[in-house]
Amino acid sequence: MRTDSRFIGRPSHRQDARAIVTGRAEFIDDLKLRGMLYARVLRSPFAHARVVAVDTEKAEAVPGVKAVLTHKNVPDWKAGTPFHIRVLDSKVRFVGDGVALAAAESERAAEEALEAVHVEYEPLEAVFDVDEALAGDAPQLYEAFPGNVVPGGFPLYGPDCLTGIRLGDVEQGFREADAVGEGTYKYETVANPLPLEPPGVIAHWEGPDRLTIWAATQSASWHRFVMLPSLGFPDIRAIATQCGGSFGSKNYSLMPCFYAAALARAAGRPVKMCFSKEEQFGAYTLRPGSRFKGRIGIRKDGTVTAVSGSWLFDTGACSDIPQAQVAVGCGELQLMLRCANWDLTGTIVLTNRPPSGVVRGFGGQELESALLPALFEALEKAAIDPVDFFRKNYVKPGDAYLWRNGKPYVDRGVDYSEALERGAETFGWHRKWKGWLVPTRVDGQTRIGVGVSVHGNADVGEDVSEAHVRLTPDGRAVVHACVSESGSGQRSSLCRMAPEGRQLPLDRVGVSPPDTLVNPFEFGLVGSRGTWAVGGAVISAAEKARAALLARAAPLLGAGEEELDTTDGRVYVRGRSDRGLSWSRVMGIVRTCSGSARYEEDFTVPNFLALFVEVEVDTGTGKAAVREVLAATDVGRIIDPQALEGQLRGCFGAAGLDTALFEETVLDRTTGRILNGNMIDYKWRTFRDLPGFRNVILETPMPTHRFGAVGVGEISTSPGPSAVLMAVSNALGVRMTGYPLTPQRILEAL
Amino acid sequence: MVLLHIIVNGRGYDLQVGADPHQVDPAHTLAYTLRETLGLTGTKIGCNHGGCGACTVLMDGVPVLSCLTLTVECDGREIVTIEGLSPPEGNDLDPLQRAFMDHGAFQCGFCTPGIILTAKHLLDRNPSPDAETVEEALSGNHCRCISHYQVVQAVLAAAGTEADRDED
Repeated sequence: MRTDSRFIGRPSHRQDARAIVTGRAEFIDDLKLRGMLYARVLRSPFAHARVVAVDTEKAEAVPGVKAVLTHKNVPDWKAGTPFHIRVLDSKVRFVGDGVALAAAESERAAEEALEAVHVEYEPLEAVFDVDEALAGDAPQLYEAFPGNVVPGGFPLYGPDCLTGIRLGDVEQGFREADAVGEGTYKYETVANPLPLEPPGVIAHWEGPDRLTIWAATQSASWHRFVMLPSLGFPDIRAIATQCGGSFGSKNYSLMPCFYAAALARAAGRPVKMCFSKEEQFGAYTLRPGSRFKGRIGIRKDGTVTAVSGSWLFDTGACSDIPQAQVAVGCGELQLMLRCANWDLTGTIVLTNRPPSGVVRGFGGQELESALLPALFEALEKAAIDPVDFFRKNYVKPGDAYLWRNGKPYVDRGVDYSEALERGAETFGWHRKWKGWLVPTRVDGQTRIGVGVSVHGNADVGEDVSEAHVRLTPDGRAVVHACVSESGSGQRSSLCRMAPEGRQLPLDRVGVSPPDTLVNPFEFGLVGSRGTWAVGGAVISAAEKARAALLARAAPLLGAGEEELDTTDGRVYVRGRSDRGLSWSRVMGIVRTCSGSARYEEDFTVPNFLALFVEVEVDTGTGKAAVREVLAATDVGRIIDPQALEGQLRGCFGAAGLDTALFEETVLDRTTGRILNGNMIDYKWRTFRDLPGFRNVILETPMPTHRFGAVGVGEISTSPGPSAVLMAVSNALGVRMTGYPLTPQRILEAL
Repeated sequence: MVLLHIIVNGRGYDLQVGADPHQVDPAHTLAYTLRETLGLTGTKIGCNHGGCGACTVLMDGVPVLSCLTLTVECDGREIVTIEGLSPPEGNDLDPLQRAFMDHGAFQCGFCTPGIILTAKHLLDRNPSPDAETVEEALSGNHCRCISHYQVVQAVLAAAGTEADRDED
C-alpha cells in the first residue's frame, strides 16, 4: 500500500451506501412531481406497416386523460444519425414501434385511452437479416436510406471518422501469410443489456422554451447536449436520478424523452414515462448484430500479415449512433491486432427488428466477437498458442494506431504483457492449454476446455470533462462535476481523488447533484473515462483550489506557498505542524477557495483486459457451462478495490460473456416478434450459477494523472464471447463458429 | 365500505377498497400499494411479472413477490419492507445492511432491498448458513451487475460465519 493517500485503493463505504441498503436511494420511478401525469405507449403489432388511419376520439374521452398524440399531432422533432427518428411516424418499422401516446392521471387511465385508439395498418414486407436487407429487392425502411444502408462517419468524430480500416497492401499481406482464416461469422444474439431497472424519464416544461428532464442515466448531460438539436434548442436542464444499472443502454433515453417531452408539452403538466420490462425487452436498446465476412492472414511467428473483409453492423429499425460504434470498434481491433495491411469496411444496415443502441463494449465487442473466429482458424492452422499471440500483438508503448477520428496516435501507456502473463500463470494456462481443438481433460461424457481473449480501448481518455472544486472554511470540500451513479461508484471515487490524498477525511468531501444546471460541462461516464478524464479534471480543480488556499495562508503564516501543506482542514508549514492555521482562520467564514479545470481528450493510453475461461461440456446433453473465469488487467492504480472487483466480475452480464452460452434475444423471423421478452423466458444466471472467479490486477503507474490510473470497467464483457467460443471448441475438438453455444448447436456439432 | 387492515413495518393501516385514487383497487398489487399509496418506494419493481425478485418483501416473516401479490389478499397480514429494517430516526442498521455496506455488496443497488429481505428470512431461520445455502436462498433474486460474489460474503459476514471478515 502506497503512503501518499489515505483513501486511494482502500475499501470504504460508497457515499450512497446507506441510502441503497435502507431503500432511501431515489430512482426515477420513486419520484413524484406535483401535478405529474403518467404516460403509456400504443405499440405496433407489425414489424413493418403504414399507419393508414388512426382515430383517438374515444381515447380522449376517457376520464383522467390529458393528452393523446399520434403521428399527426406530435412535434416535428427528429433524432438519430443522421436525423430520421421521429417521435411517432406514419410508418412503423418493428414490432413495438410507437403508434400513439397517452398521458393521464394514472397509468391505468392512460392504458384505457390507448385501448380505445383505433388504428388501421397496411402491413408491408419486413426484413430481418442484414444480407437480405442489402439485396436489391429488399423492403426499404426509410426513403432517406436507399438499400437500407445508413451513411458511415459520426459527425462528432470529424471528417476522417473511421468507417473501416484501410492501410497498406492486403494482397501482398496475404502472399506473405503462412496460414489464413476465412469465412462468414455472426455475432447476432442481439442480447439485451437489461439493467434491472427499466428506463424512464420525467419531462416538465417550466416555460415554453425551458424543459427539465429527470432521467435514470449514466450520463446526465446527454439528455441536454444530444437532445438540444433534436428539440430545436430549448433550454434543457437534465437531472440524473440514482440509476438502477445502465451498461450503456441508459446513456441517454431517446424515445422515453421524446414521448415524455411531447406529452408534457401537450398536457402542460409534468409527465413520467417509465417503460415496462416488456418495453425494455422489445422497444428500447438491443446489442447491435455483427457479421464479419473476410480473411485474416498470419505468419508462423504470430505476425498478422493482412485483414480484409466486410463488417455488417445490424442496427435494427433505426440508427442512434452506430457510426460511433463502428469507428470505436475499428480502433479497438487495431489495439489487439498489430497489422500493416488492412482492408476492412464497416456497413451499417437497417432491419425490421427492435432498435440497437449504445451498449457496453461499444462496437469492439461486436466486431471482435464476429471476427476472432476467423483469426482462431488461422492460429489453429499455424499451431500458435493464443496467449503467445496476444502477447505479441497487443498494442505496446511506441506502437501507432488509428483512433475513432481517423487520426494516428502513438501508445504512451504501459506494456500489458506482464498482466497477460501473470493472468496466464495464475489461471494455470500453460498446464491447461493442450493445443487447438484439444480438450484439457475428458472425464466420461464431460469434456473440459480453456480459452482466452483480450480487449482494450483508447477511449478511457476520450472527450471533455470540466470540474470545479470548492474548499469551505468549515474544513470541507465540494466537487462540482455532473456525474451520475449507475453502479460504478464513480461519484465516490471522485471524492477519493479530489482531496489529494491527505487533505481531508472522506466524510468531509461531497459531490454536487448530477444536474446540468449547477455543474460545468461533463461528457458522461462512457468508455471507462471516469477514472482518467473525469478524475483528471477533478484532481486539477482540487490542486488549483489548494493552491488558492495556500496562497491566502502564506502571508498569514509568514512562509512561502511552497513551504506549506494542508491536512484535515488545517494549513501548516511543512515539517513544523505547530506553525499552522485552520481553514476558517485562513479564509474567514465568508469566503471559499476554489479551482476550476478542464480535461481535454487524449487517446494515447489504452486500457487492457484478458479473460481466461475454463468450460465444461456435457456431450450427452450438449450443455456447456463456465467452470472458472480469470480477469487479468493493469489499471495503473486501484482507486476503489470493491468497485473494481465488481466491474470485472460484471463480465457475465450486460449482454457480455453469457451471449456465447445462452443469452440472446430470440426473434421470430416470420413475424418479427421477440419470443423471450420477459424475465422468465430470457434466461440468465442465478446465485446458484456462479463459476469460480479470480482477478489479477497489476498497478503499473500510467502517464494519466497524479494517481497514474486508468479505468477498465466497461471492457470486462468484451473478450468473453470469443474466449468462451475458443474454450468450447477446444473441449469438443470441433471448431465452433456461432453464438450462442446452445445444447442444440453443440449436439449438432458432435 | 370494505376495509383492509394491514400492518406495514409495525404500523397499522386501514385501507378502503375502491376505485378512488386514495383507495385500494382490487387490481392493485402489494408493490403498487406500498409504493404509490403508502409512499414506501424502497420496494423496487424490476419486471412486475415475478421474474426478478426486486420487489421481495416479508409477509408474516416469509418473502413474497409483492408484484404478484394483490393487496386485497393481505388483510390482517404483517408486511416488512426494507424501510422496516432500520428506523429513519437513529442510526440503527440491521447487521445485513451493515454487512452489505462493508462489503460493497451492490453496484447499481436496485436489487439490494429485495436481496436483503430474502437474506433476512434466511438468517431468521438459519443463523449459520454456508455459502451454498445462501446462494440457494437468493436464487430467486436477479442481480445484473454481478454483485453476487460480494453479496454472498456479506450475508455470511452478517451471520458471523464468514472466516475472514473484511472491515474498513
